[in-house]
Amino acid sequence: MLTFLVFLPVLGAIVVATLPRDQERQAKPTALAVTCIVLAGSLLLFALFDRDVSGLQFRERFTWIGAGEAGFNIQYFLGIDGLGLTMVILTAFLFVVAILISWKVELRTKEYFAWLLVLETAVLGVFTAQDLILFFLFWELELVPMYLLISIWGSGRKDYSAMKFVLFTITGSALMLVGFLVLGFAAGTFDMELLAQMQINDAAIPLSAVFLLIFAGFAVKLPIVPLHTWLPDAHTDAPTAVSVILAGVLLKMGGYGMLRILVGILPDTTQDYAVWLASLAALSILYGAVITLRQTDLKRLIAYSSVSHMGYVLLGIAALGQVGMTGAALQMFSHGVITGLLFVMVGMIYDRTHTRNVNELSGLAHVTPIIAIVMVMAGLASLGLPAMSGFVAEVMILLGAGERFVAPTILGVIGILLAAGYILWMVQRVMFGPKDPRWAELPDATSWWEQLPMAAMLAVILAVGIYPAPLVDLIDQAILPLAGRLG
Amino acid sequence: MLEDLDRIGPVLILMVSAGGILLVDLALHERDRRWLPFGALAGLAAAAIWTVVLILRGREAVVFSGTYSLDSFSIFFNFLFLGVAGLVVLASADHVRRLRYQGEFWTLLLLATTGMMLLAGARDLILIFVALELTSISQYVLAGFLKDDRSSEAGLKYIILGAIASAVILYGMAFLFGISGTTKLVAPEGQASIFALIAQGESGTRAALFAAMVMLGAGFSFKVALVPFQMWVPDVYEAAATPVAAFLSVGSKAAGFAVLLRIFYEGFGPDSFIGSDWSNLFAAFAVVSMTVGNVMALLQTNIKRMLGYSSIAQAGNIAIGVAAIAASGGGVSLGASGVTFFLATYVFTNLGAFFAVIVISQRLGSDAIAGYAGMGRRAPLLAAALAICLVSLTGIPPTAGFVAKLYIFNAAVQSDLVWLVIVGVLNTAVSAYYYLRIVSHMYVSPAPDEGDIVPSPWLAAALLTTSVGVVAIGLVPFPLIKAAERAASALG
Repeated sequence: MLTFLVFLPVLGAIVVATLPRDQERQAKPTALAVTCIVLAGSLLLFALFDRDVSGLQFRERFTWIGAGEAGFNIQYFLGIDGLGLTMVILTAFLFVVAILISWKVELRTKEYFAWLLVLETAVLGVFTAQDLILFFLFWELELVPMYLLISIWGSGRKDYSAMKFVLFTITGSALMLVGFLVLGFAAGTFDMELLAQMQINDAAIPLSAVFLLIFAGFAVKLPIVPLHTWLPDAHTDAPTAVSVILAGVLLKMGGYGMLRILVGILPDTTQDYAVWLASLAALSILYGAVITLRQTDLKRLIAYSSVSHMGYVLLGIAALGQVGMTGAALQMFSHGVITGLLFVMVGMIYDRTHTRNVNELSGLAHVTPIIAIVMVMAGLASLGLPAMSGFVAEVMILLGAGERFVAPTILGVIGILLAAGYILWMVQRVMFGPKDPRWAELPDATSWWEQLPMAAMLAVILAVGIYPAPLVDLIDQAILPLAGRLG
Repeated sequence: MLEDLDRIGPVLILMVSAGGILLVDLALHERDRRWLPFGALAGLAAAAIWTVVLILRGREAVVFSGTYSLDSFSIFFNFLFLGVAGLVVLASADHVRRLRYQGEFWTLLLLATTGMMLLAGARDLILIFVALELTSISQYVLAGFLKDDRSSEAGLKYIILGAIASAVILYGMAFLFGISGTTKLVAPEGQASIFALIAQGESGTRAALFAAMVMLGAGFSFKVALVPFQMWVPDVYEAAATPVAAFLSVGSKAAGFAVLLRIFYEGFGPDSFIGSDWSNLFAAFAVVSMTVGNVMALLQTNIKRMLGYSSIAQAGNIAIGVAAIAASGGGVSLGASGVTFFLATYVFTNLGAFFAVIVISQRLGSDAIAGYAGMGRRAPLLAAALAICLVSLTGIPPTAGFVAKLYIFNAAVQSDLVWLVIVGVLNTAVSAYYYLRIVSHMYVSPAPDEGDIVPSPWLAAALLTTSVGVVAIGLVPFPLIKAAERAASALG
């Protein structure tokens, strides 16, 4: 089941890539069908998932490389718990959205959709792999599609941004690989489930160094200030759908990895570093928010706000308690949908006006009411208005963190105030304000492939905000054992 | 005697076909010479079949009073060299047709391969030196084969520096012989090996042994292109005909590392009193080679020079495996099997990259990287093949290069060389820049002019083999890893 889900997109990609030239129009429906099947599959998993049983479910495992004498055993081991499933659903959902909002891509269509589908396989693989090396393999697999998606279909300084993204990621993940190898050698296995049950006391290098090596990979991805500089460039220059995926799913790989591998496998070392993690989190929150206040490019603005929001994820993880970590996981889900929606909206505005400059946009609410309403809703969700998903997540994070760290929590609250500032300022400038004659003739979002993703994303945001219990229960299934081990 | 000859049959058959081609060439008309590549392929195939038959008959043994060993290690490398030579024959068929001396080209190629096969099985210093010279001299001539100014300069440079390296190797061997009185790396029945004799000798021999170790290490580092003995690489690659450069880049490297394993791993042994010394030596080679190779490759605008520097950096990666052998204290043989496995994957990957370059350069008339713009449109399959090889050289899944790097880094971690692995992975990140820049040129930049580029059937076959091989090994690496581990176990 999981194997089918993970590799279906790649099969779809092969089908799309080999379509004959006169059938190129079929690329979009094919890609949409594939992503919809994956979404349906992930919802089926959601329905079948047994919340009362802790540990991994839907396991599939066999030996991939079993080099007997030499201790180089790599398994093909897939499985998910509540955390993995949450991320899989988020991924499946956002990829459907990404395909829909790419409906107008006409440049090298086949390749575009094929690479998007390959990317989906890589991300789903990261969230389901239960062997460190397999995890790393999927983690690296994402590089080539992302590189090409940004550098071919992007805008602005796309070559520079794409290369910067790759170099940052590959440096971080290279260090992470060293950490994995040391860990695997110390424990005699790369099996993440076994590793999480073991007490690892001794390795070739001190465990705190192993922690830092692995942390480097996740910190680049999340990202944490000061390793965030690739993010605004990559977001700004990527095509809209790729920005959605980047902000919505790829950043979450960092937070997911921290929970699953750092907290899960090295709980004691993570305890030792908790204060530093919380401080870095506070720095990311505040720095991200302050920089966001100064942005005039809509995409850069949302990109920097992501840095700030990901700081909350780290803060929740640093709290190392059940409430905080659940909040962090929920924040990842909620930020994925909210920021995804914001990027979708910015993409729509840009398609119509060909500018993303806040200073040039004004009074769009008069001409494009649907876009304006959705944008305001998304903005409110992003600043953490109650009844929206972001509120629940941030409250849980701050509650969890407040038990352990006072100063970072207070700084986190200040971050929320700043978020209210930049979001409201942006919405006010772009949507309201005096009518600009230049934008008087703009068409509103009326086609089905625009309205469907907007409606679906808003529904998810509201549903999780009003009744978060199903999702929180699901996440708790994975977080409780983690919190239990921390003692 | 006949028994012994039977076991070096694959080597003999190559020598015979090399001579045969030379004689047949004399008798052939100009237009009939296009059949010569088939002769070379037939010779290689016969050698491969003979090797298979030897395996099936279980004929592994040490022959000629302990000088040549037919074991799983030499068999593994026999196949590797035969495969390399076969692919190079396919890739150079078109190129050679334009040359005046066709028979000589094929003869030299087969003789170089013969020497490499002998090297991988040699257990005696004299045989090592003879085989080394057979390989090297054939390669010097091949490098200068084009007879234009640049090719001649490259050939001359190669021969002078190569001769110095050979002299240094010989000097090191003389030291070994001087302090032990034998040339046998591994003792046959009833005799003592070099190392056994030294260990029984006085402690004062340690200095001489150390000198011998450094000289052998330096001399063979020239052959495998480790910094600081890499000066010839970019010049020779750039000026030699591209198929020859492809052959040098993989054949010379694989043979050199095979001998290094024979001398250092099998001969000196990892847990001897000199083990940590040679481990440190190769760790140092690895660090400078990776760093210098990668940084210099960043600056290149000519793709053949870039591949030259990249091959220096890759040699550094392999040296990590060599360093891991002794650092592990002999407990784990992962280092040796890592070197063997890495070499096998590197051979496919680098040959593939060179083959694509052959086709594209022929058409463009230059090796400038800028000319690769828009290749994704002009030559989709060719560009895809090259992109696969470059991604594999970087070490990104799902390709052979990923598994190979993973394996060799894992070996080093198990040998407590974590610092070396960190240097290695950071270098991988640097290398991503110049490898992916070419991919981006091919797929992102618009083509300056149109016109499809189609490879000849010979090259298409070679390219297909390499790129399918690279992905196949990446997805199902287990059989090759198993074979490499079996090969390495013959030494330990």
